[in-house]
Amino acid sequence: MVRPRGIARVGGGARQNLVPLLFASICLTGILWANISIPFLLTDVVPRVARNLFLVLSLIVPVVAGMGLNFGIVIGAMCGQVGLILVENAGGQGLGALLLAMALSLPLSLLFGWMTGLLLNRAKGREMITGLILGFFANGIYQAIFLLMAGSILPFRNQELLLDGGVGLANSINLVGTGQRLDHLIRPSIRVSIFPIYLPVATFLVSILLCFATRWYLRTKSGQDLRTVGQDMHVAEIAGIAVDRARVRAIVISTCLGGIGQIIFLSSWGTFNTYQSHEQVGPYAIAALLVGGATVVRATIWHAIVGTILFHTLISVVATAAQTLVPASMGGAQIGEYIREFLVYAVIAVTLALHAWKAKRRT
Amino acid sequence: MIRAFEQPRALVRRIGLTRGILAAFLLALWLVYVFATDLSFSALIADCLTRAGMNGILVLALVPAVRAGVGLNFGIPLGMVCGLFGTVVVLDLYGRGAGGLIGALAIGAAVGALAGIAYARLLEAVRGQEMMVGLYVGFGAVAGASILWALAPVHNPEMVFAIGGSGFRQTLLLDGYFKGILDRLGAIPFGSGTIPTGLLAFWLLCCGAVALFLKSRTGLALSAAGSNPRFAEASGINVRGMRTLGVALSTALGAIGIVIFSQSYGFVQLYKAPLLMAFPTVAALLIGGATVRTAKISHVLIGTFLFQAVLTTSLPLVNDLVQGQGSAEALGNIPEIARLIISNGIILYALTRKES
Repeated sequence: MVRPRGIARVGGGARQNLVPLLFASICLTGILWANISIPFLLTDVVPRVARNLFLVLSLIVPVVAGMGLNFGIVIGAMCGQVGLILVENAGGQGLGALLLAMALSLPLSLLFGWMTGLLLNRAKGREMITGLILGFFANGIYQAIFLLMAGSILPFRNQELLLDGGVGLANSINLVGTGQRLDHLIRPSIRVSIFPIYLPVATFLVSILLCFATRWYLRTKSGQDLRTVGQDMHVAEIAGIAVDRARVRAIVISTCLGGIGQIIFLSSWGTFNTYQSHEQVGPYAIAALLVGGATVVRATIWHAIVGTILFHTLISVVATAAQTLVPASMGGAQIGEYIREFLVYAVIAVTLALHAWKAKRRT
Repeated sequence: MIRAFEQPRALVRRIGLTRGILAAFLLALWLVYVFATDLSFSALIADCLTRAGMNGILVLALVPAVRAGVGLNFGIPLGMVCGLFGTVVVLDLYGRGAGGLIGALAIGAAVGALAGIAYARLLEAVRGQEMMVGLYVGFGAVAGASILWALAPVHNPEMVFAIGGSGFRQTLLLDGYFKGILDRLGAIPFGSGTIPTGLLAFWLLCCGAVALFLKSRTGLALSAAGSNPRFAEASGINVRGMRTLGVALSTALGAIGIVIFSQSYGFVQLYKAPLLMAFPTVAALLIGGATVRTAKISHVLIGTFLFQAVLTTSLPLVNDLVQGQGSAEALGNIPEIARLIISNGIILYALTRKES
């Protein structure tokens, strides 16, 4: 195979990285058009990236295993939330409490990740939509437990977590004990002009650790098995790999990481929207991964990193641009929200369409 | 070999698992309703029928797509948005009464058909992942339409967004326009409720029209293209054209469905309201016995009634039972949570079934 030289290489590179380049140019346009100051942008974007990177990274393994984009990560997020709820209920404080929440979420993630994997094995070829619907279904069960049983059938020590009537978790919980602990661990701030940019170094370190861990795992026998299953299930079967078990393993890993990632996310925010935080996790993390250039069949660590940075920059740029460019009388703030949602859905829809189109072309 | 319980087993298989479970559940709810509350049962039945009629055409809209082999049309919000567009245009031009309704239906259906054709071309390019792509096309359509509603020039002052003075309101009131026109047409009082004869008649008419179409030559070709594309192609059927027809029909019916829904409800809900409406619609069809590859009109009728009846019964029932208790605020969410669990559970069941 002759490797393209010169201009052809640039062209090939551009085509492969079309999506990130496209989004980078949209960001740039937005920044220039609305005259957004870069330091201001950084104060917004840096914490967002730190918060979300772990979750985006946890999506990589299922893609490698050929199961597409793990919309079922919502379930992992819910397990993480349960861990946080338990710790806050017991009145835990500090970094230790945060780590305890993560530890508590693991058995739940293992169990539900395993069940999710089994279910997805029954829906081969339709994993993504099944995962999506499963997320909604699990949301229903989650609400049944935390809205109906919390306080009544399940006793809660910390009354502040509950609604006024004494039954059901409050809509929004202030993470008194565990909020911001990881962020504040190592938190230098760089002053750029008048904006102090806080770097949540500890959070970044944890995410970087996950990058290396993922890379290491995908090089082990177990990880290589997943890769083989992802490339061709039949060949993997013939090669003696337990295909179904490998697929379940991929989902379990993703779910556990999702739980930890959601804890990191929520702790960074400081409060948590009991009934809505997990709903947005799926599409936003997936859109971020896709913006980085990943597809339904291929996702690397760089896709996750680049994608998270670009995606959150884009969100920030669009929100700020909409507020400054569109006068408030036309609902400027609202429009920013709608455009943001439209972008998230459009990114996912376009990537799915591109993937299916390419698959069709190959056959 | 004689197996035990042969007769009942055959009966259960005929009724179907989904229909059986929901029907039993509904019956249980009705029993509690009649014996444990003082609420009017006749009003409840009338309400159940009204809700079924409201949603019926939306559920019907899914059938052509399933028959054409495109799977469950999760992108039905696209059709809904087209219908809303038709309604908004008519309202903005002060269209009142039956004329307004017919105008909304016509514009909605026309725009829906066109949008459906474009949507069908997209789906053609993503064979195998139609449901997933459709879902996000639906979401994108709702989000895109939201931008449209916010930026569009509004002529009718009643429709304008209260704060700011431009863009459409979240909810448009149909009082004085065409609220309940079909419902009241030939309505029969029933105990303490009224049966919306016009609404139900229109639903049955549409079901009849679709049933007739499916028995026509084109309809049969559509079904053939869906169930066995290779054989259909070999028989000279334009499979791709049939799929386009199925999706366009589905989208147009979705537009009609949302207009009928709005007139019965009395409000036109814009912006994010239609976002999640695909799920109860799909769930209703599946409850009726449909699968990802097959759907009949009987599935529409039975499924819509069962699903809507369960939802309609549970709300007043739960409210009545938890009245006065401190936890009423939380427990009042039971019907909503039940809806989430039932509708998504049934979709999961359909997606994970092994089909021959």
